[in-house]
Amino acid sequence: MARDLRKASRLRNEYSQLLVPVIAIVALVVFNLIRDPSFFSISLTVNNEGNHVLTGNLISILNGASELAILAMGMTLVTAASGGQDISVGATAAIAGSVFVKVLRNSASITPLTIIIGFVVCVVVSIIFGAFNGTLVAIFNIQPMIATLILFTCGRSIAYWINGGATPTVSSSILKAIGGFIPGIPVPTPVFIVILCAVIFAVIFRFTNLSFYTQAVGINQQAARLNGINSTWIKLLAFMILGICVAVAGCIRVSRLGLINHETILAEIEMDAILAVAIGGNALNGGKFKMSGSVIGAYTIQALTTTLYAMKVSSSEIKAYKAIVIIILVVIGSPVVKDAAARLRARLVRKTAPVAERS
Amino acid sequence: MITNKQVPGALVGRNKEPLTDTHLLITITICIFVIMYVMAMVIWGGGFLRPQQLFDIFNTNAYLIIISCGLTIVMVAGGIDISVGGITALVVMSCIVQLNGVTGSVLSSVLLALGIGLGFGLVQGYLIAYLEIQPFIVTLAGMFFSKGMITIVSSDPLTAENAAFLALKNARIEIPWLGYTAKNGNLIPGRLEIGVVIALMVVVIVFIMMRWTKLGRNLYAVGGNRQSALMLGINVKRTQFLSYLICGILSGISGFVFLTHSGAGNATNATAAEMNAIASSIIGGTLLTGGVGNVVGTLFGVLTLAIIKAIVLASGLRDPWWQSVTTGAMLSFFILLQSVVLANRGKGGFRTLFHKWFHSAGGLPNVASK
Repeated sequence: MARDLRKASRLRNEYSQLLVPVIAIVALVVFNLIRDPSFFSISLTVNNEGNHVLTGNLISILNGASELAILAMGMTLVTAASGGQDISVGATAAIAGSVFVKVLRNSASITPLTIIIGFVVCVVVSIIFGAFNGTLVAIFNIQPMIATLILFTCGRSIAYWINGGATPTVSSSILKAIGGFIPGIPVPTPVFIVILCAVIFAVIFRFTNLSFYTQAVGINQQAARLNGINSTWIKLLAFMILGICVAVAGCIRVSRLGLINHETILAEIEMDAILAVAIGGNALNGGKFKMSGSVIGAYTIQALTTTLYAMKVSSSEIKAYKAIVIIILVVIGSPVVKDAAARLRARLVRKTAPVAERS
Repeated sequence: MITNKQVPGALVGRNKEPLTDTHLLITITICIFVIMYVMAMVIWGGGFLRPQQLFDIFNTNAYLIIISCGLTIVMVAGGIDISVGGITALVVMSCIVQLNGVTGSVLSSVLLALGIGLGFGLVQGYLIAYLEIQPFIVTLAGMFFSKGMITIVSSDPLTAENAAFLALKNARIEIPWLGYTAKNGNLIPGRLEIGVVIALMVVVIVFIMMRWTKLGRNLYAVGGNRQSALMLGINVKRTQFLSYLICGILSGISGFVFLTHSGAGNATNATAAEMNAIASSIIGGTLLTGGVGNVVGTLFGVLTLAIIKAIVLASGLRDPWWQSVTTGAMLSFFILLQSVVLANRGKGGFRTLFHKWFHSAGGLPNVASK
């Protein structure tokens, strides 16, 4: 009995972090169902290429949040390890996408091999930029936000320089398959890429000490170091893993659009990614983290955006409504409000308990 | 670092106070600004030789100076505010709508600007200080909200048409002895806009506030070490709240100053101003970790960023990407410099280093060696 109780309380602690994001997404779903019962209906249609594809708001939420979800996974790791956020992901993604496009355009024809080469080059470049940020943070002990401000300022200019200012296009049936639909499969490919990334992270966390070490470094760097964890390397690794995530997100976006515009590609996604981490209940000053929370946070943000679009809010006004929802979410999740709620619950329980005894 | 006047034991015997690391950072910034300006005068001459070039830098960056001061206050108290650019742009748009309305007047638009800034400051300060929500997320929401509100206020670009306001906008403070003689022999006096006066007043007031008032010292204490500030009996939450409140009001003022410079409202006004302001504060020697910073440094941070851009333009690199790449390089330099200074803080590294240099050069007895 006692063991069950302890287990239950541990479970509660384990999952209370996910409470706010799950409540948020459920509330959004319920709101949409009340507003428009057919909001989540999915239909099978034929697209321009003659494939049978699923369409509907649910699919567009799942599809549209792909880049954000992947970036949020990497951002969670960086946040947990370094206690700060990388604000250069959008700019680095622009660089990665430009490199990808550059490689594809320099090859005679776009074959699976050139795409793989392009992707590998793009990942290497992103890892280098990630390592640059990581070096500043881990070795020079600079606050992550300040360190990544450098690439935030000049990253898109570097992307401009790679492709010479134009917005070059690339088109190929393989790219359409990566950014859109594989013929014969009705679900958009980016959704599978997100699942793949999630599985890879789950496997890494299951079979290595990465998650454990990252949390240890995030909670107390000195203590972690005294326990034999190389905290510098862990932080550097977190930034390099984020670099890989950025490369994947950049490639997905380039494949989806078929062109690269260094000014607008994944613009302001860094803010959304940080937001996803925060909505997921992760502490922004490092330590314990839950990657599933961040992924749910990413889908919550996309669901909110899709809902607002469905309510005919214009794209520039969306931010204002998004801000209100964010504030409501963080106020619910804030420690002070949580404590107050716990006290209220305790008082209610104390009031009702004697009544129950008497009867 | 609560006080800047800690004298290390090894140097007690000296009469002159050594440079602290904070002052060192500011000194380096000021020196680099002066060196760059002199270099620009020597190499490119022309416009840089005229004081008007400096005045123009002030004219275009007056609003940035004001929000950078606000950010310095928040950063010294250990927080961050990325909503300042959005608030500035929102104030510009709202004031224009108000000025172009039937009852528009300069006074009411000033009040509106202050009101919007105050409102943002109150809400954000309350959420951060009393509900203990992450400052980054709250001010991010503030940025989203203000940027979204701009298009709700007006989706079209607007130009102010109020006569009284236009008079204010076109008013210039003329300084004849800092002017230059044009080719046709006319003396063109140096011209400063009203906004610059406001910006410099803000710098002076904030400097006095940070240095000599109780609130200012509390800000440093809270930013330096929250726990010990609490144990010293400082009302940490109220101090934090006030820092965001002041930053909000300054953002409102900055919006009005922006308006007096541009006279037009547009959804893309003051884009990335928050990041420029953060960069200026850092270049000026403010640490994001809190407890260290000075608005004079911030002022020179803004000027340094501006002079880099002017030099890049003067040297013929007109591609827009050169500006941000040089800004990024400059930023890396200052950030690495800070990191090195900080790594040596407490060890007396720089002080002893300088001391050794001075003494080995001057042949004085080396008191610094232990």
